[in-house]
Amino acid sequence: MKFIQQLIILLAILLGLSACSSTSTTTLYDELGGETKIREIAENLVLEFEMDEYILPYYEGSDINRFVEKLTEYICEVADGPCVYTGRSMVDVHTGMNITESHYNRLVDLSINAMDKAGIPHRTQNKLLARLAPTRKDMLYR
Amino acid sequence: MKKIRILAVVFICLFTANTTFAGDGKLIATAGLIQVEGAGGGGLVPWATLPGYDSRDEYSVNAFSSYVTVDDYKLHALGASVSLYDRVELSVAQQSFSIKAGAGDIEQTIVGAKVRLYGDVIFSRWPQVSLGVLHKSLKDDAIALALGAQDTSGTDVYIAATKVHLGAVSGYNLVWNATVRYTNANQMGLLGFGSVNDDSHELMLECTVGVLFNRHLAVGGEFRQKPDNIALPEEDWKAAFVTYIPNKNFNITVAYAMLGSIAGADDQNGLYVSIGGTL
Ligand code: HEM
Repeated sequence: MKFIQQLIILLAILLGLSACSSTSTTTLYDELGGETKIREIAENLVLEFEMDEYILPYYEGSDINRFVEKLTEYICEVADGPCVYTGRSMVDVHTGMNITESHYNRLVDLSINAMDKAGIPHRTQNKLLARLAPTRKDMLYR
Repeated sequence: MKKIRILAVVFICLFTANTTFAGDGKLIATAGLIQVEGAGGGGLVPWATLPGYDSRDEYSVNAFSSYVTVDDYKLHALGASVSLYDRVELSVAQQSFSIKAGAGDIEQTIVGAKVRLYGDVIFSRWPQVSLGVLHKSLKDDAIALALGAQDTSGTDVYIAATKVHLGAVSGYNLVWNATVRYTNANQMGLLGFGSVNDDSHELMLECTVGVLFNRHLAVGGEFRQKPDNIALPEEDWKAAFVTYIPNKNFNITVAYAMLGSIAGADDQNGLYVSIGGTL
């Protein structure tokens, strides 16, 4: 049982460490590199799914410039940047697409590639993914 | 046993050679591994995760081979499983345990099933929760009965909760698991089940904490509480592990295992090495 205590203490220390680091005043928006970097991620993502046979069909007929614009705004807003998202709600946009878990996670994989190519550090990537994750339930199987 | 071994090697070769087959239902390094009894898990502890990267629409086939060598004993576990639609896991494993100084070994077969009851290990608000059973039977009755066990086969039932917290540890992903197991297995079943006149089923607590340092490398610790039914004392198991996951088809884990007293020999510490593959 002592080992359990040690594991719990370890967990507490790890979480404590992260609590300290998150009390700093920089926003995730700054950490990502501001609007230019966020736009780069959105543009990279488009390049990624243009080469992806699973995801590309979803975007057939979409206005890609609008997509890059809205996605940049959206990420900027969820990362506490100085933007206001002016696009449609996540539920509204993605309803009727019947997005499956595999497609969702495929897109997350592509987003990771897009962030890698924009030189976003692993830890910053995780923080952004954590902020995007809660809307998953709004888009699956609708 | 030999057949299973050859099969597993063939499987693992296939997996490593072919990286385009895996389902994309989960993010890399979030499907978990296969633990020493064949269930999706960590190394010693079954988790709520189902091995493989299948989603609601897919299935995956998985195989593993684990080798544990401590001061006086060694254990080889080998098995395969299927995960269906990220909902159900069915597994078989064969364990062979032996005393380094002596000849002959104890062999045990474990058949398992697990159902995911709730959640997604990353994306749901609460942890992923699964219910599982592991039915174990010893090939040879003699040793277990001689040591004072009641039975040579038994069933464990467990409920496990697992969660990945994205970016939780100053940006690194954190994974934790907690499992409660209802069991009467002595040393996992290798020394039989229950004690002379007593079924001895009781609840045991098991847990894991790990950090993913990047998308391919996880480091952590596991704890497995153990019953103490027969005269030869049994102690809780602990392990500290490093897992490398180069791609969605293959993983390798190296751990330092601290297994306490086993069949009269104290302080059994040593190395745990496990490879797993999924298709
Ligand atoms: C974290 C996950 C996701 C986020 C944050 C996200 C965000 C967005 C945003 C901001 C837009 C623009 C909305 C607008 O034009 O008003 C959009 C559009 C779109 N999304 Fe997503 N999305 C996500 C996942 C997905 C997935 C998994 C798919 C499908 C595989 C998908 C397919 C689309 C398509 C096809 C459009 C264009 C719709 C159109 O042109 O009318 N999205 N998304």
